[in-house]
Amino acid sequence: MTYRQIYFDHNATTPLHPEVKKEMVSAMEMYGNPSSMHAFGREARANVEDARQRVAAFMGAEESEIVFTGSGSEANNTVLSLFVCGSHQCFSGMRPTILTSRIEHPCVLETSQCLVHRGVDVNYLDVDRYGKVDLDQLEDRLKVGGVGLVSVMMANNEIGTMQDITLISSLAHQYGALMHTDAVQAFGKVPVDVNALGVDFLTVSGHKIYGPKGIGALYVRKSTPYCPFIRGGHQERGRRAGTENTLGIMGLAMAVDMRALEMETEEIRLLGLKEMLRRGIGERIDEALFNGHPVDSLANTLNVSFPGAEGESILLYLDLAGIAVSTGSACASGSLDPSHVLLATGIDAERAHGSIRISLGRDNTVEDVEYLLDVLPGVIERIRNMSTAYIKGGAHASVR
Amino acid sequence: MLQSGEWAYTDKLKEHFESPKNILQGNDTSDFDGVGMEGNLQCGDQMMVAIKVEKEKEVISDCKWKTYGCASAIASTSILSEMVKGMTLDQAFNVSPKEVAQELGGLPEHKIHCSVLGDKALRAAINDFYLRNGMIDRVKKVQARTICQCMNVTDHDIEEAVLEGARTFYELQEHTKISTVCGLCKEDAEAELEKYKHLHFGV
Repeated sequence: MTYRQIYFDHNATTPLHPEVKKEMVSAMEMYGNPSSMHAFGREARANVEDARQRVAAFMGAEESEIVFTGSGSEANNTVLSLFVCGSHQCFSGMRPTILTSRIEHPCVLETSQCLVHRGVDVNYLDVDRYGKVDLDQLEDRLKVGGVGLVSVMMANNEIGTMQDITLISSLAHQYGALMHTDAVQAFGKVPVDVNALGVDFLTVSGHKIYGPKGIGALYVRKSTPYCPFIRGGHQERGRRAGTENTLGIMGLAMAVDMRALEMETEEIRLLGLKEMLRRGIGERIDEALFNGHPVDSLANTLNVSFPGAEGESILLYLDLAGIAVSTGSACASGSLDPSHVLLATGIDAERAHGSIRISLGRDNTVEDVEYLLDVLPGVIERIRNMSTAYIKGGAHASVR
Repeated sequence: MLQSGEWAYTDKLKEHFESPKNILQGNDTSDFDGVGMEGNLQCGDQMMVAIKVEKEKEVISDCKWKTYGCASAIASTSILSEMVKGMTLDQAFNVSPKEVAQELGGLPEHKIHCSVLGDKALRAAINDFYLRNGMIDRVKKVQARTICQCMNVTDHDIEEAVLEGARTFYELQEHTKISTVCGLCKEDAEAELEKYKHLHFGV
């Protein structure tokens, strides 16, 4: 068999769309500072504002509601940190509790954790076995009062489960809280309209949609309380200091344009590939347990556990065969705990350690999926054959 | 395009991961003279070691294993099974995780944790051999010693904390709450911390 390399890790990052690359290569010639008044600066400014208009339009927002950031993580940090500032100084009326979910990205969870040390209460919503936020718990907590911000991700990066953001927004607003959604994984994969969703803040990222790394955007609804996270400049209408990343911004806008053209048909195609994978894995591998929501899930994301086989080993044996996936195992993360997302759905640690995430993208073909389906059963069999998981305990009492 | 050689692990480790040696086929260990198992599936690592022993010489003539775990767990059990063949039981009992890691050409620091179960399982297998052969006096149990009476922290807990990343006394306290009440054990605890840092990381 000839050596192939197949990338199935698009939720981690994506390759540049050829059109994005073309746009960025030509934009590299342009070096003016968008804040300069001369012709060099005006050219850059025109491009930045044109990009802003295109990004805004794709999510039904107004240009003035888009703040470009250095990443999705920065956008999420901005929203949560705005809140801690708001609770003390800028907006004294802001209420001191944040409500978020147990399956958010670490940039939300760790920032929330840090806010606790700064006097903010953070409550975490449970999810069901498919990863759906417990809406009764949400409403019960909102009823108690004092919640200033609800932050729930639109689609989960590990298991793909989608939340009903429209409903969560309306609940949040009903009880006087602001609403933020981290749409980094959803944006460009499913329609995102800030007005239909009813959110006050929404986070997107360039490199998850075939755009460049190092660029994100935060939607901030008009007249929503706001406070810059990075200070010291008038850029982005005083909402994010630092000379604009013109190249990244233009790349992001082109990526958005391409999504507008390709998203709809692409997602139908990817859903077909995912179902082919789900069926093939189910047929060819014993005890393959699928994680996440069976229907309400990103078309490109399939998360599956193979009890008795550890995820990092699966990842690396697949890597040796030229296939790139990711895992929820502890070993691959550098920590000792397996995926917090999978654990939050109530599955046990062994199943989480044995999980892999296959995230499809626009370059993946039926042949790629067939190759994975040819290779994966042998990898799992091999790992299970050397695994202790099938030894029935008893005689071998452990002695330290 | 990626260069396939650029692994987070050494070539030696990759070799033992790609082609592990001495895997026990099937689940039957009845032909073996001693069997030991350590770790558990919930923690993500479990290792089983089965040995055959030339009884008169007390030399390990064969060593097979099973491992549930990551690449460094698989590779370290594999290389351990090669290392101990021909060793006396006493020699094998004293193989340290650091020697295993050295034999693999080094391990990333956060992976040391995944490789310490192999030698523990081996010691359990050796003790199992002694038990089966009526040599109860030879069974060496490494008893946990309580260092901090207030918070009931043992030397094994300290070792665990070091493997999980604790390097300073403060970090050790974050992991174990050791010496957070009366503080009398601080000196003892610091000595244990240094011991395990040296044992596992050579620092």
